[in-house]
Amino acid sequence: MRKHAPLFLKLDWATIGLYLVLIGIGWINIYAAVYNDEHSRIFDFSQRYGKQLVWIASAFLIAAFILLLDSKFYSVFGYPIYGAVLLLLLFVLVAGTEVNGSRSWFIIGPVRLQPSELAKTATAIALARMMSAYGFVLSRCANLCRIALVIALPAGLIFLQHDTGSAVVFGAFLLMLYREGLSGWFINIVLFAITIFVLSLIWETVSILMLCAIIGSILYMLCRWRIMRPLMLTAGIFAVYWLLVKWLLPTFDIAVAPDMVFMALCAVAVVLGAIIAVRHRLRYVWYILCFFIGSIALIYSVDYVFDHVLKPHQRDRIENLLGIREDLQGAGYNVHQSKIAIGSGGLTGKGFLQGTQTKYNFVPEQSTDFIFCTIGEEWGFIGAFVVIVCYLLLLFRLIIISERQKNAFARIYGYCVISILFFHFIINIGMTIGLAPVIGIPLPFISYGGSSLWAFTILLFILLKLDAARWR
Amino acid sequence: MNEYSRKSMVIFGTFVLLALILLVRLFWLQVVDESYKVTANTNVLRYEVQYPARGLIIDRNGKRMVENQTTYDIMVVPRELKAFDTLAFCTIFKLAPETFKSAINDIYRRRRQIGYQPTVLLKQAPAEYYAVFQEKAFKFPGFYAQARTLRNYTLPIAGNLFGYVTEVDTGTIRRNPYYKPGDYIGKSGIEEAYEEYLRGRKGMNIFVRDVHNRIKESYQEGRFDSAAVAGKDLICTIDSQLQEYGEWLMKNKVGAIVAIEPSTGEVLALISAPGIDPTLLVGINKNFQRMQSDPRKPLFNRAIMSPYPPGSTFKLANALIGLDEQVVTPSSRFSCAMGYRIGAGKTVGCHAHASPIDMLQSIQMSCNAYYCNVFRHIIDNPACESVEEGFLKWCEYVQSLGFGQKTGIDLPSEQAGTLPSVRQYNRIHGEGRWKSLSIISLSIGQGEIGSTPLQMANFAATIANRGHYYVPHVVRKVEGFDPPESYKKRHYTMIDTTWFPTVVEGMYRAVHSEPGAGATARIAQISGIELCGKTGTAQNPHGEDHSTFICFAPRQNPQIAIAAYIENAGFGATWAAPIASLMVEKYLNKQILRTDLEQRIQAGIPTAKIQKKP
Repeated sequence: MRKHAPLFLKLDWATIGLYLVLIGIGWINIYAAVYNDEHSRIFDFSQRYGKQLVWIASAFLIAAFILLLDSKFYSVFGYPIYGAVLLLLLFVLVAGTEVNGSRSWFIIGPVRLQPSELAKTATAIALARMMSAYGFVLSRCANLCRIALVIALPAGLIFLQHDTGSAVVFGAFLLMLYREGLSGWFINIVLFAITIFVLSLIWETVSILMLCAIIGSILYMLCRWRIMRPLMLTAGIFAVYWLLVKWLLPTFDIAVAPDMVFMALCAVAVVLGAIIAVRHRLRYVWYILCFFIGSIALIYSVDYVFDHVLKPHQRDRIENLLGIREDLQGAGYNVHQSKIAIGSGGLTGKGFLQGTQTKYNFVPEQSTDFIFCTIGEEWGFIGAFVVIVCYLLLLFRLIIISERQKNAFARIYGYCVISILFFHFIINIGMTIGLAPVIGIPLPFISYGGSSLWAFTILLFILLKLDAARWR
Repeated sequence: MNEYSRKSMVIFGTFVLLALILLVRLFWLQVVDESYKVTANTNVLRYEVQYPARGLIIDRNGKRMVENQTTYDIMVVPRELKAFDTLAFCTIFKLAPETFKSAINDIYRRRRQIGYQPTVLLKQAPAEYYAVFQEKAFKFPGFYAQARTLRNYTLPIAGNLFGYVTEVDTGTIRRNPYYKPGDYIGKSGIEEAYEEYLRGRKGMNIFVRDVHNRIKESYQEGRFDSAAVAGKDLICTIDSQLQEYGEWLMKNKVGAIVAIEPSTGEVLALISAPGIDPTLLVGINKNFQRMQSDPRKPLFNRAIMSPYPPGSTFKLANALIGLDEQVVTPSSRFSCAMGYRIGAGKTVGCHAHASPIDMLQSIQMSCNAYYCNVFRHIIDNPACESVEEGFLKWCEYVQSLGFGQKTGIDLPSEQAGTLPSVRQYNRIHGEGRWKSLSIISLSIGQGEIGSTPLQMANFAATIANRGHYYVPHVVRKVEGFDPPESYKKRHYTMIDTTWFPTVVEGMYRAVHSEPGAGATARIAQISGIELCGKTGTAQNPHGEDHSTFICFAPRQNPQIAIAAYIENAGFGATWAAPIASLMVEKYLNKQILRTDLEQRIQAGIPTAKIQKKP
């Protein structure tokens, strides 16, 4: 395409089309969620569907404004924007208004703004700016630390606002880092740590220790391509453990926690491994030992984190999610009602405005975080399927857009957008059907709310503008 | 393919995988698992029960005895509660503010568990309070009143006969799916026996509600709604005036009176004393517990449950059996010298009267020795091979007269009374080691025989009918239903009807003989009415003898047969006979001329020593 072709020809209309479809689906379902017979006019601005029309219209204006702005603006002003947003986040901590327990809102007349929504965009720009700099090498430790700092600053401030959900979203940037060269091992270790965390809550400590020991020995076998010795060692440890716990210790009436017994036995294996590592100068054995010891440290820190770092309502939500505790009237109420609403939708749904659970307010936050319930109840599995496919198409399109960028800034920014949208999409829908913890983040473009709609529009249209400018 | 495009593929692959997990889960929730659809309905549907009015109970003359009154349960939906003027609320319902506050706080604390369900805060508030509440209801969001009907009794009588209405217990709810917690159910008496007719059928309105329990619309345009059907009225056989009069007479006495119309088997009065005042059991109070723990057992319906020794009234049965077995004739004479010797130093005592006497005189004077003779002849009948056979034959006769088995009256918890058995005597005396003399007490209605007052009244009705009876019943007709055919069936005894006039004549003489002829029941005379009766004085090893009397009147075409049984009251003639006689006078003449007797009987307390006669 020619460099000087008109802007609208350079725009990626597929993305814009999906964006409009999602906003349309969102508005229809907000209308259904807050619908009642007394207020059925579409342009009733006392109702949320009326207000959402205003938000949508203003979002279009913002989108147009972004498209008209020079594409260099973002890379040039990347850090100032980031700094300004950090100041806003600090300011909201001091002067913000508390809504639903989070001090993360500015309320100016009828307008309610959440700076944390903008923080995602600003952080994405700052990261893109930093990582696209000439000579930036991701694998260098100092660079990794700088990236971590850029992400952790806004995330930490948002965490201080008691808006844990929005803070967790910043973890999604890992995906972008993976694309930009972070080792897959790093992601795997994070996933493994999360798994260990969850398992520690469900299983007994000794069971997870055993699992780690087995994984460790399998890794050793794979790396060293020796099978007999590590197998015998592992089997020996298990046999001795079994003898001790089931037979010897009870016989002599010695009370020792079983996980301590197992730890002591594993110590033998660790020492043996260390000797082998030194004698044969095997680096990966050290890695495996580090992995093993790190896992053990994690297992024992889980209880502390769970009891001291997390807040009671977060603990309740996690316990409900994992099925450790069932409290359908308390912490589990939202998800339970949400599952009822979605589950009662069936294959084809109850039809537009026919959803009883939604219409009669059984599901809390049904126009914002739990908007997916309305979709599930009134449009059934088919409606839910359509929405999920729309998101997949959008994400696929954004990956294509990002991959076709020649300039690193645009590509990195593109993957930031993908990471954030994906995280919101998968966690939000996951929490409405009991697969993810309830962390209260909106469904992009669909959930009711000016701040989030504006923020996602800005996020997306900056990428579209960068994409349109790729011929320069 | 370079490393970066490989990574972008990995990323998109992960997206697809996770989205697939969401879709599988959604498919499971929405298409496979049906339970969420059911839960959604219970979430959103509110079932409002329409309670029907309970059927009325009307006496034989058309007078309403049991009616309904409307009260209101004050319901609260905890989730709708807002701050309100508790003091104003307490004033309306005359509640102590402290107890009310603790009650409402308790409900408020449990509001999450209770959820959208209305909960009863205050049961059975009277209609006056409701009227005031209704005016100010807008001040109390979350509260509303639900109409419930309670019983209302026009007369404070016949509590044992009617039974009572109370909240259904969990056991019944488990057994019978019709009942739900908070429903009312008839307990004991007519209320229990005719529960299915009286209760009617509950109606149900189903509404769609929102999360705040606000009614939004009728579910599926009312397709599943049903209207309440009022309970059926009962036409009773009871004469409320007679019942009331009898209860009045029985003040301060323990015992029972049963009056039956012989020509139909309809029970005219069924009195158990001390009885219960049904008005005390309406609504929620402590009266039931108090009655339950009362040592005089007012809840125990003596008329149909208590097995009393019938005493001398049972001599009529032995006379009939003897005549039918043809071991004696009306003119058989036996002598009596203050009793009947049954062995070394043992005598069945009797009082002073002429001797020897024939059967009519024996009934008139109530001679014990005469019936010892008759009974021995029955048991030791040469036609029988053994004592046991004679005894079994006797038992068969007695059963055919309605003793030792339930009469089949339409009331719950009727008892069969007691009849001795061969096994019982074998246990007491040893097998084959007992003879007629061993069981001689049966001749005068003592010993191992126990009869309910209802059975005695039925026996009186049988004699009045000269040999047959109808199943006694207290309900003549359920509104809209025909009375059961079985009520019209005559039950004949094993005794040939030709023998009954003899006994009737004896009973007539017992009441109407000239003074000095030794008639025992002259006190029962009513001028202008030919009354036939038989006294009984049942020996009571635990205290004063029981006083009993059975009678019927008039002699031709009897309209009423009565058994009266007064515990620890001495001679039959002292208390039972006047009471039964006054009942007859009340029923047949509608007014009492013997006011002195009435006064003495009503005010008297039988257990007082002064009443005891030698």
